[in-house]
Amino acid sequence: MKGGELDPKLQAELDKCLRCGMCMAVCPVYAAEKDEAAVARGKIAIAAAVASGDLALDDREVIDTLFNCLVCKSCMTACPSGVRFDRIMLSLRAAIVEKNGLPWLKSAIFHILKQPARLDTAMKMGARLQGLVFRDNPGYRAISPRSPFAMLGRDAGFGADRLFPAPSPRPLRDRVPEVVTAPRAKMRVAFFTGCSFQYFYPETGLDLIQVLTENQVEVVVPQGQQCCGTPVLVHGDAATARTLARTNIDVMERSNARYIVTGCGSCGSAWQHEFREVLREDPAYAEKAAHWAARTYDVSTLLTDVIGYRRPTGAVDAVVTYHDPCHLKKSMKVAREPRDILRTIPGVTFREMSQPDACCGSGGSYGLTHFDTSSDIARRKAADAAGTGAGTIATGCPACMMQLLDGTHRFGNGQTVRHYISLLADSYRRTAGIA
Amino acid sequence: MSDQAFATQLEAIVGAGNVRTRKVDLVTYSYDATADVPRRIPDVVVRPANTGEIQAIVNLARARGIAIYPRGAGTNLSGGAIPLAGGIVLSFQRMNRILEVDAENLTATVQPGVVIEELNNAVAPHGLIYPPDPGTVKTATMGGSVAENSGGLRGLKYGVTKHYVMGMEVVLANGDKVRFGGKTVKNVTAYDFASLFTGSEGTLGIIAEITVKLIPAPKFRRTMMATYATIEDAGNTVAGIIRAQVIPATLEILDRKTIETVEAYAHVGLPLGAEALLLIEVDGMAETVVECEADAVIRTVAEHHGELRLAKSGAERDQLWAARRAALPALASLNNTVILEDATVPRSHITGMLLACAEIGRKYDLVLGTFGHAGDGNLHPTIVADRHNAEEMARVHRAVEEIFQTALQFGGTLSGEHGIGIAKMRFLGGEIGESGLNLMRSIKDALDPWHLLNPGKLVPAREAPHEGR
Ligand SMILES: Cc1cc2nc3c(=O)[nH]c(=O)nc-3n(C[C@H](O)[C@H](O)[C@H](O)COP(=O)(O)OP(=O)(O)OC[C@H]3O[C@@H](n4cnc5c(N)ncnc54)[C@H](O)[C@@H]3O)c2cc1C
Ligand code: SF4
Ligand code: SF4
Repeated sequence: MKGGELDPKLQAELDKCLRCGMCMAVCPVYAAEKDEAAVARGKIAIAAAVASGDLALDDREVIDTLFNCLVCKSCMTACPSGVRFDRIMLSLRAAIVEKNGLPWLKSAIFHILKQPARLDTAMKMGARLQGLVFRDNPGYRAISPRSPFAMLGRDAGFGADRLFPAPSPRPLRDRVPEVVTAPRAKMRVAFFTGCSFQYFYPETGLDLIQVLTENQVEVVVPQGQQCCGTPVLVHGDAATARTLARTNIDVMERSNARYIVTGCGSCGSAWQHEFREVLREDPAYAEKAAHWAARTYDVSTLLTDVIGYRRPTGAVDAVVTYHDPCHLKKSMKVAREPRDILRTIPGVTFREMSQPDACCGSGGSYGLTHFDTSSDIARRKAADAAGTGAGTIATGCPACMMQLLDGTHRFGNGQTVRHYISLLADSYRRTAGIA
Repeated sequence: MSDQAFATQLEAIVGAGNVRTRKVDLVTYSYDATADVPRRIPDVVVRPANTGEIQAIVNLARARGIAIYPRGAGTNLSGGAIPLAGGIVLSFQRMNRILEVDAENLTATVQPGVVIEELNNAVAPHGLIYPPDPGTVKTATMGGSVAENSGGLRGLKYGVTKHYVMGMEVVLANGDKVRFGGKTVKNVTAYDFASLFTGSEGTLGIIAEITVKLIPAPKFRRTMMATYATIEDAGNTVAGIIRAQVIPATLEILDRKTIETVEAYAHVGLPLGAEALLLIEVDGMAETVVECEADAVIRTVAEHHGELRLAKSGAERDQLWAARRAALPALASLNNTVILEDATVPRSHITGMLLACAEIGRKYDLVLGTFGHAGDGNLHPTIVADRHNAEEMARVHRAVEEIFQTALQFGGTLSGEHGIGIAKMRFLGGEIGESGLNLMRSIKDALDPWHLLNPGKLVPAREAPHEGR
């Protein structure tokens, strides 16, 4: 693929890169591999070489390199030139898929999985991802059946060698009515659960709902909501991402809610940014996407800044450290609020780790395609968390919870991993004498 | 030039995982942070793990007549790490261990790939710091900063890299390993080799190990910002502070264009219409001394009609620093190419140099903002332009040339801290003359008669432009 086939807007974005290398300070992949091709600056140089025709986009080596990125956006927080690296990466990946199609992408991803021994784990993790997008999803048919996840993980089970939560036999939305009323409700919000709460952490989802209702907020958990699309978008499947975005918007339009609340950095970020981006040129949806983008809050922001939550009084005796999920901090700009909440819980001793916002290494299929680097990133995170002496690692994103759980299991000292909302819910329950 | 057999020989030295020959990888070693200089894809990237491997690589390359380009983090601003003639990029990213922190002798010994901030993190628990702090402390390597003799924001009071290098292990072009200097505070044995290799930009030898001096971390500091209606007032404040015998750790200046751009970009509450802004920080071990110095600065600012803001907390300090930190990002946001110069003048000429830079910007109709280390005369006239506009780039080149000439007329120098590399090589003769160039060539020829190490940089070729090897 030669330069002419790339989006001209992409060229302007590539031009913004000063080659200053500031992104090296924060890129988790670079920290692990120390190779220039690992970091945003190197990838931008590769993209520029593709644009000028020096490299071909369908070159296997180019694909390998472009997929060696967590799309964690850390580089964007350090970039003095405001390069929107996520856009660069997503449009390149989309260009690959557009040109060569998804089956071809699938074989490219398998190509990255060089060691056959890894294939087994990969299949299992693939199944996890597939589950996130497809499992029991009522909107199954809305998703492109050519999505790489469908092919990667089809029919594979979950293994015992890696510690991942098994998908819950009872997904979240099967456990709650569509509208959870609150006594003396002041406001009505819609909870966009995302796949992780729905399938892997339904209890955490229930905690989130409980905290909201205890704060006199009525919660709609719209049936028919689907995956936020981030996992497919980062694999270049913009078409599926667009379909999912439209369906989700339709569902929310019917919800009668004032705000959308999320408890997952990627889901919230999808509502705040990605939906707008993928629907930018859709006359029927662009405005709706913008409308909801401005009305999406991480639950912590809703609690601290919008409604002023009820201060917890039940003691939760724990030494807690907090991991900043990349998409929550770097995309949604939420970092203070969860800490504020944790600090108001009686009994909680809060200890900051040295690099709380260093990526944990989760990121779509990254752990699957780049096992060693992802393990290395997880190892650093585990060591940093262990250094605080905290017995509990709190975070604000279920995808990070999975990765942290696996990381502390493999490299840490088996700390408990919780969503901050669950610690708040614990405290409320203590007060009520439930726990 | 390079071929499979050569790559195999390199692999025999460093292991297969540490030789890069895929084109995707090579593309990412064709540049450094310098704008507007040629780029070139190397033939191979090699990542040695120790001095022995470096020696073996040097010997192999010399036998084959293949150029070696040492590279740390590739953040320099003079084209120093660009493989102009193809050949080998020698990356030190694997040699990133801190070998020793000796708190009793106030020294640390590191491999060249250690990032400056990592060294500071390692010595902080001992209450020590390694002061040289270029804007790239979080990314630049010790090897690269020693090779560039980098400065930074604390240069006025704490000096630059060369003031901290006590000893080294160097691999020469002939393959020899040499160790000199060490942990003694005094050492006059042999030539002062540490000074020779510091700032040699990878042209004389490959730095394989560095022993540096550490100092106790200052315990107290006061931070303030002053804005001025005229550049003269700001310049006089700088002179006045020094005259009051206060040496601030930081004494930074932003000119009008930079102030406007920063305010539009970051909304940090800077007064629009101000001609200059000074960011001043005094620090020290004793609170009373620091307070005395702060008072003297405050008086001097008032004498020269500056409007003062004093930081009363860590958060307020961050706010004041935010303006300085935003200088480069803000300017960078204006266009796709940022030419960051570092012409330096004796500090008594700061006012003249600032005015001249602004005038040069107007004359060539360019977006030019100047900020920098006012206290040590090291300014960063920064031009923002569109690299796709050949006509504008031609004006940029003329402006840069005039900035250099102006700095020299003020008795200054081409580069205060970014080095010569390829970017400023052709202006070198203007400062040190033909005899100076010949001295450089003699030293280069004596140490590297094969022109194996970083050819085409720093040392201009005798006649026709050097083709590399
Ligand atoms: C945004 C920005 C801000 C900056 N601010 C400052 C500043 O305030 N002050 C300042 O002084 N500089 C500054 N710089 C320039 C740059 O950061 C420094 O020059 C830095 O020290 C270079 O380190 P590096 O590891 O990136 O070296 P590289 O760029 O990789 O290499 C620099 C030179 O050293 C040589 N070299 C590298 N390693 C070795 C070795 N082991 N042996 C022999 N030669 C070697 C290379 O061949 C090259 O010539 C800035 C740059 C940027 C992009
Ligand atoms: S998105 Fe994350 S992994 Fe990718 S280049 Fe940026 S910092 Fe590195
Ligand atoms: S920090 Fe931004 S401008 Fe600098 S190299 Fe990275 S992407 Fe480019």
